[in-house]
Amino acid sequence: MAHDQELDASGLNCPLPILRAKKTLNAMASGQVLHIIATDSGSVRDFDAFAKQTGNELLESREEPENSTT
Amino acid sequence: MARKKLTIIATKGSLDWAYPPFILASTAAALDYEVQIFFTFYGLQLLKKELDLKVTPLGNPGMPMPGGMERFMPVLLTAMPFMQRIMTTMMKAKMKKKGVASIEDLRALCQEAEVKLIACQMTVDLFDLKHADFIDGVEFGGAATFFEYAGESDICLYI
Repeated sequence: MAHDQELDASGLNCPLPILRAKKTLNAMASGQVLHIIATDSGSVRDFDAFAKQTGNELLESREEPENSTT
Repeated sequence: MARKKLTIIATKGSLDWAYPPFILASTAAALDYEVQIFFTFYGLQLLKKELDLKVTPLGNPGMPMPGGMERFMPVLLTAMPFMQRIMTTMMKAKMKKKGVASIEDLRALCQEAEVKLIACQMTVDLFDLKHADFIDGVEFGGAATFFEYAGESDICLYI
């Protein structure tokens, strides 16, 4: 998916991916798209909850097999 | 819409128990909550400039140890000299390996997100601590100060 900015939170554990995402979003304009990569397995659910509570739309979320490079 | 408010009372000063207040406070701030943490008794350790937090297996039967040691280690052995230091070193190494943030980092993130940190003045005096022992930005207050904020908060947690 086309995005304006990318955040690689690989290797970081809860709550750091969320905190980094919030910080990155603060510096972005409304309507822009942020692509986040995280390895913390709780992140999928957490980002869904984050989006619901902050009014940011979660456009897409998916899990990839371990050690995949994309 | 008015911002939601979270109040946390932090009463424990060990490395493991330092995490819940700072994790929840920083995350709540990221979710646009106004957050205040009230530190009292041993929780004051979490506000010191130089953190020296430890974790102990003593009196902590739920603590997993490397290699499943907790299953056969006599309780008395957890009181041996150096045990606390060894377990603290191992815990810190494990946290680093797993990408868990340090307390220093989480605390700084809380301050960056304008989480209000209040130290209980009565316990500061009780333990002969000085304001200079604490990081910048800490405010000092008593029980009434706590309720001024807690009385209006949506969530209040005692940790």
